[in-house]
Amino acid sequence: MVEKKSFLERFYVGIIFFLLYAPLMILTVCSFNASKSRMVWGGFTLDWYAALFRDAEVIQAFQNSLVLTTAAALIATLLGAMACIGLTAMSKKAQSAAATVTNIPLLNADIVTGIALMLLFVRFMNLGFSSLLVAHVTLTLPYVILSVMPKLKQTNKAAYEAALDLGATPVYAFFKIVLPEILPGILSGFLLAFTMSLDDFVITYFTKGPGINTISTMIYQQVRRGINPEMYALSTLLFLTILIILLVVNHISDRQAKRQEQLYKY
Amino acid sequence: MSKKNLIDFVHISKTFDDTLVLDDLCLSVRENEFVTLLGPSGCGKTTTLRILGGFVTPDSGQVIFDGRDITHLPANKRNLNTVFQKYSLFPNMNVAENIAFGLKISGKSDAYIKDKIRYALKLVNLEGFEKRNPMSLSGGQQQRIAIARAIVNEPKVLLLDEPLGALDLKLRQDMQYELIRLKNELGITFIYVTHDQEEALTMSDTVVVMNQGYIQQMGTPEDIYNEPENAFVADFIGDSNILDGIMLKDKLVKILGVTFDCVDTGFGSNRPVDVVIRPEDVLLKKPGEGHLDGVVSHLIFKGVHYEMEVTANGFDWLVHSTSCHPVGTPVSLSVDPFNIQIMNKPESDDEKAVVLDE
Amino acid sequence: MNRKWLSGPYLIWAAGFIILPLFLILYYGFTSEGGGFTLANISAIADPIHLTALWRSLYIAFFSTLICLFLAYPLAYILSKAPAKKSGILIMLFILPMWINFLLRTLALQMIVSNTGLLSSVLEFFGLKPLRIMNTTTAILIGMVYDYLPFMILPIYNALCKIDRDLIDAAYDLGASKATTFRKILLPLSLPGVLSGIIMVFIPGISEFVIADILGGSKVLLIGNVIEQEFSLSNNWHLGSGLSLVLMIFIFISMAVMNKYDKSGEGQMLW
Repeated sequence: MVEKKSFLERFYVGIIFFLLYAPLMILTVCSFNASKSRMVWGGFTLDWYAALFRDAEVIQAFQNSLVLTTAAALIATLLGAMACIGLTAMSKKAQSAAATVTNIPLLNADIVTGIALMLLFVRFMNLGFSSLLVAHVTLTLPYVILSVMPKLKQTNKAAYEAALDLGATPVYAFFKIVLPEILPGILSGFLLAFTMSLDDFVITYFTKGPGINTISTMIYQQVRRGINPEMYALSTLLFLTILIILLVVNHISDRQAKRQEQLYKY
Repeated sequence: MSKKNLIDFVHISKTFDDTLVLDDLCLSVRENEFVTLLGPSGCGKTTTLRILGGFVTPDSGQVIFDGRDITHLPANKRNLNTVFQKYSLFPNMNVAENIAFGLKISGKSDAYIKDKIRYALKLVNLEGFEKRNPMSLSGGQQQRIAIARAIVNEPKVLLLDEPLGALDLKLRQDMQYELIRLKNELGITFIYVTHDQEEALTMSDTVVVMNQGYIQQMGTPEDIYNEPENAFVADFIGDSNILDGIMLKDKLVKILGVTFDCVDTGFGSNRPVDVVIRPEDVLLKKPGEGHLDGVVSHLIFKGVHYEMEVTANGFDWLVHSTSCHPVGTPVSLSVDPFNIQIMNKPESDDEKAVVLDE
Repeated sequence: MNRKWLSGPYLIWAAGFIILPLFLILYYGFTSEGGGFTLANISAIADPIHLTALWRSLYIAFFSTLICLFLAYPLAYILSKAPAKKSGILIMLFILPMWINFLLRTLALQMIVSNTGLLSSVLEFFGLKPLRIMNTTTAILIGMVYDYLPFMILPIYNALCKIDRDLIDAAYDLGASKATTFRKILLPLSLPGVLSGIIMVFIPGISEFVIADILGGSKVLLIGNVIEQEFSLSNNWHLGSGLSLVLMIFIFISMAVMNKYDKSGEGQMLW
């Protein structure tokens, strides 16, 4: 009886896993397929990968994405962390008003956010890299605040006050006591901002100027143009990169958890 | 004591992740008894309770309940109920729905359920709390609701897993009296798990002291306190002076080079033993008038009595006394023969005295 | 120096790039190209083409949410029961696709459902009639379920993991069977997770246009496609803004409905 049930459960988990990953696997297989057709196996080749690295358009889009995402995530992290520190010193009412505003880009449809920003940019500045950067900072700021705020609320106020009591200046106490405590929140905020920015298509699509492409918008153009095995190669590479990053992050957090466990033991 | 056994644990063993938690445990509980399983964390007391509750299946051995083997009976088919450590009230239901939970499952009528809820709330002194959200109640109130939720099902046995652990001192003492009253009113068996020796001594008919998966001693609170069987029990229950001694012969023991009269026999002659003397049993006399002389080295006022440390013959004696002797006062210590408790030296780790954080 | 000033840059940023753009949408939505006030851009939703698109969007969002919910709940439940260490790795595998660019995921799916794609070929191989679902509502629905499933799994899994094991033991202790325990304890207590899962799938679902573009082949229009085309093709920003406002109204309505059911208020509290 129990055996049967656990088999059913395993089967179900397996089916969903298969459905989620089968398309990605097929994509990967096709990236090594010499034939351009999706159904005919024309032999193993790395040609698509080679073509990918020679494609100036792809390389340009990749560079754009990297610069844009890094810059946006850094600016958003700085602004967001500062905002959290300032907001916690404000009244409850001001805090909840700020929370509502911060919530808007999270809850609103991306298409509306994208259009609204585009209307603004067209009116007051030009569409180009700078408009993209502003849009991406706006898009990622809520995620930074979302990660830092809870950490800041959890911090031990008494420790900060103890530092002041022992003669530390507020700035010194902040860097020595508060910052180390909220650092994990800032880091995860940065990572979240980075991935969200990298992953974004809709807002980028509306706020990019003509001729500028990120990875996302370039893939969109390519997909609309028709089948292009180069994109399969690109997908495979991105998939592998994400897999490796996640495995590393998981490994690190695992080790951290273990270390913490040991700290608590003694 | 002609009452029959209600519960028998027969040679129960349980291992978690290669750690032996219970080793060949045998324990019987009579009907209508208040039994407390007492011990430090990790001693196996909670596992014993969870085995009885049906949440853990033992690796070997049997649990007999009311003449029936229930070792493999699932928790929801057992005629006993548990009061959980963190109360575990259902947050998605109000107080009345929480209490009605078990009754609805057993298909009782609405009128009966309503009646029972009122009765149970009255029993735990929370009348009129039906519609309240359990999460809005204080810890003590949640605890009472958890008890009410368990007892409305009229279990033969109520299992309580450190139910007072999260309450503050005053509330804990009040609840101890409440629990004794409840037990008497309900006339059912209580099995209580705690690491607090005071709780165990106050409420129980029988105290079972456990350590490292073994039962160290079982008996009435008086027995356990006055006649600990080994250093672990002596140390765990109350304060005590545990000294190395040599049993010279029956009724004569040598401690710190001084010979004391005692009442124990049967330990042989010239055998090393452990000697337990409770701090309130050490009498302070003028120098030269007692068994051995010493000097007061610490003094604390504890309200009911003074707690002193007296250094005598190289040992720091813990002494409780109602009279005050300032630090530096020379005194003499004396002990009545029947207050000297002789024990065999520990044969294994679990019988040794332990240093506890509390 | 006052600590409060540190939030200054953010507040200015939010005013300039969150609040102001929304007012611009309002402005465009309620004006004609000449600049005068009009309600025409809003009432344009009544146009049969727009109305069909809106209806289709709601239909697809509703059913993809429903399908995601029914697929994700049992999965999240099974995973939450697994031993902590195993469960952590498993859930990571299931939400990993969340981190892969959704265009790529849609592209991958396109290879399977397209008329000459794998699914059709397999069916043909077995002598069955090949599926012709490409460029239909069904294809978009499959695409949405595929893309958004992880967003439903994660919150439900988190909610289930947060439930105290003792509560389940307490229910068994009081005589409840496994089914009763699930119905009376697990399901109600995991509801906040279900609600945030619904929000995470339904809200992006009604405004979706990219999946429809790729799998619907510009033949099946959703309200998102209509709006996008007003900006990219027709260049009628006033009409596009007006329709965006209508879309926003639907988003607000669904938020309000969720909030009403989310008694604990956990769903969207930011801090």
